[in-house]
Amino acid sequence: MKLSLKFTTLLAPVFALIVAFGLSTVMLYLIGEDPIETFKIMYDYGKTGKSIVSILNRSVPLYISAVAVAVGFKMGLFNIGVESQYLMGALLSAALGAAVALPSIVHISLIIFVAILTSALWAAIAGYLKVKKGVHEVISTIMLNYIGTGISAYLLANIFFEKVELSTTAPQTDLLPETARIPSLNGVLGIEDLPNLHGFIVGAVFVGILYYWIVWKTSLGFDLRATGSSPIAAKFSGANPGRLTILAMMISGGFAGLVGMAPLTGYFFKYTTDFPSGLGFAGITVALLGRNHPIGMAFGAILLSFLERSAQILDLYDVPKEIEKIMQAVIVLSVVVAYEVVKRYVTNKQIKEASKVVADG
Amino acid sequence: MTLAIDLSKISKSFPGVKANDDINLKIKEGTIHAVVGENGAGKSTLMKILYGMLKQDEGTIKIFNDEVNFSSPKDAISKGIGMVHQHFMLADNLSVLESIILGMDKASLKVLNKSKYTEEINEITKKYSMPLNTLSMIDELGVGEKQRVEIIKVLFRGAKILILDEPTAVLVPQEVNELFNNLKNLKDSGVTIIFISHKLDEVLEIADEISVMRGGKHIDTVDANTVSKTDLAEMMIGQNLPTPPKREQNSIDEKSLIINNLTAEEENGRKAFSNINFSINQGEVVGIAGVEGNGQRELAEAILGVYPVESGEIILGETTINDLSTRDRREYGLSFIPEDRQSQGLLMDVSLSENVILGKQSSKKYKTKYHNIKFNEAAVNSNVVIENFDVRTPGNETLALALSGGNQQKFVVGREIENKPSLLIASQPTRGIDIGAQSLIWNKLRDARDNGLGVLLISADLDELIGLSDRIFVIYEGSFVKELDPEEASPELLGSYMTGLKT
Repeated sequence: MKLSLKFTTLLAPVFALIVAFGLSTVMLYLIGEDPIETFKIMYDYGKTGKSIVSILNRSVPLYISAVAVAVGFKMGLFNIGVESQYLMGALLSAALGAAVALPSIVHISLIIFVAILTSALWAAIAGYLKVKKGVHEVISTIMLNYIGTGISAYLLANIFFEKVELSTTAPQTDLLPETARIPSLNGVLGIEDLPNLHGFIVGAVFVGILYYWIVWKTSLGFDLRATGSSPIAAKFSGANPGRLTILAMMISGGFAGLVGMAPLTGYFFKYTTDFPSGLGFAGITVALLGRNHPIGMAFGAILLSFLERSAQILDLYDVPKEIEKIMQAVIVLSVVVAYEVVKRYVTNKQIKEASKVVADG
Repeated sequence: MTLAIDLSKISKSFPGVKANDDINLKIKEGTIHAVVGENGAGKSTLMKILYGMLKQDEGTIKIFNDEVNFSSPKDAISKGIGMVHQHFMLADNLSVLESIILGMDKASLKVLNKSKYTEEINEITKKYSMPLNTLSMIDELGVGEKQRVEIIKVLFRGAKILILDEPTAVLVPQEVNELFNNLKNLKDSGVTIIFISHKLDEVLEIADEISVMRGGKHIDTVDANTVSKTDLAEMMIGQNLPTPPKREQNSIDEKSLIINNLTAEEENGRKAFSNINFSINQGEVVGIAGVEGNGQRELAEAILGVYPVESGEIILGETTINDLSTRDRREYGLSFIPEDRQSQGLLMDVSLSENVILGKQSSKKYKTKYHNIKFNEAAVNSNVVIENFDVRTPGNETLALALSGGNQQKFVVGREIENKPSLLIASQPTRGIDIGAQSLIWNKLRDARDNGLGVLLISADLDELIGLSDRIFVIYEGSFVKELDPEEASPELLGSYMTGLKT
């Protein structure tokens, strides 16, 4: 029975993808494009070596962001503040990283540590407000996003950037020295002819494992999931809801701090006004898509990155590339619905089996 | 005599369960007709169908000889059917008048003609001798009065047929008598009453006819004047009603729990309970009787550590635990059966195998030194609970929500007892479950007590309290007003202390 349960759970995303492709086909057809041809173009472009490297590079911060969101979700907390959390962490660690000279391992560790710490503390504010003042975390994290964006802009322009008269250079931190850069994996993998595959992808794998261990294996994770399932039952079992809320926000924020590390140490090497933004919000989508599951979210991140990348080719063939955004949304909706259907099916099946046992006994 | 209700061949299925199976039921106008059966016998489903909340799969309903087809309670109300639910649907911040007329008119900007409504309501209360002050606020009313508001509300909407779902579950014996007087008045005025219950004494007292349901089937309809309680019980469960096991003194003079001068305040400054003093020996069951809302829930939660205490001392074994967290208290040997298993005692969407961990997730029992949970251990222990407490389930991977209430409760009780506590707080341990599960839990509680466990038993079921306790305290408005020997206590005597009639 266990196996068939797992099997049905696996069916959900497959089913959702089929539905999503079906709907996208209809849409393409309605706007007068050849659906098969369009998918083929996207697929052909997406499977080139260059594209694959690009997709993986995009996936890394997206995945970590999803993990950050998922930690909150597992406890019933909606951390919408990943956006400002990772931007604050990236800014401060970029500024500090550029200002010191250290051996490489120490240097990189320091940058990552500062990013985690900054983001975790920034997220803790929302946890504190919820526990002590009863402010809902959705409200506080949205507000903290505005405040964080403002503070980052101020710090970047006025503290970490020396404005030169008449210069048109956008505000930015100093470049990280070589010792602070994480090398690409191309050498190791023997793919020197392709664009750089960021080394931080290893970090993402590690994040996934850490997330899985914390949430599913530890007693802290049990408290988190118990609180997410039934706050009162968790409290009666001895979980301290206040402490857990703040802790969960800090863990979520800590993961958020890692979101900016791939771009910062991999190819930007500095924090500027065009440092990748929006990853915090995209992470929510990926968390939904992957149902907070460490492997599900990895597939989710890769799928969204693939769509984004492969849609770039559509312009050349005069297919409006906005179709990609619609496909994304359709996929997410289909997945949410499919999981709900499967959940009900499994629940009903269990109730049926349980009542059969009662009747027989 | 006219038939108020004529149900024929009613069937209703839910996934895996045939809740109503080919039910034929005739109810005469102007009578009190009781429907009895264990939990899960299909009473509620049948009433929900009659009240338009559910749609039958098959069968027809006739009201006063008219065939009807309800798609919502609104249809039922328009045919003169009213229902008073077990849990009152009243808002504390409305007055009696507002509660009664709530939802009557279509929303409009017209000013409410309150004096007209007041007059109409007073007419009804006078006619049926059910006095009510229309200006009182709901939160000022006692349970019995709230119930009266619900009944008047239904009558005000022109109900000729009144469905009462377990109306006595929330009442003390004195209030029950009052309700019965009211119901007799209503009957004399021609109202038809359907009385859902599983308390046979009450049913025999009030009803004219009794219909027994079991396993979704209508077993029989009998005349209340000629049937005996034993016969009814046999029809209902196929065996005699169990009573709580007899007790023998067993207590050892070692304290399991000592409470000294314990006082706690509610947020609004009112005392939740004050100056509570008592102790529980090992091998002793101490019962607390009280009408809900008199501080017993807060007291239990204060001992668990989830309700703040203002002053006083809680000593578990030999340790003062006032400053300890709930987690540490559990570590020191406290177990807790909460009054609401679904929201307080279980993770409904989680398997039994993981639910067994709840309460001990940070204890050595289930935690390695690296803070990992011992899931294998939990799987084994969940099977032990399932085995020892006869939890009917396909296996330990089944989600808690898939089990029936009785099996969920057996699992919670089993988990808490198998954790080998030194003190067990049992809050409403058999509320709303079938008789089989009830008698198993009673036996298990007695066994645990015989093995030296101290038990604090809080229950609204006075027979259960009298049958299981070695001593009973009555709590009234946050204070212990009386200590009774269960040998001398009767439900009536307890009831009079519980309502403050005796002090």
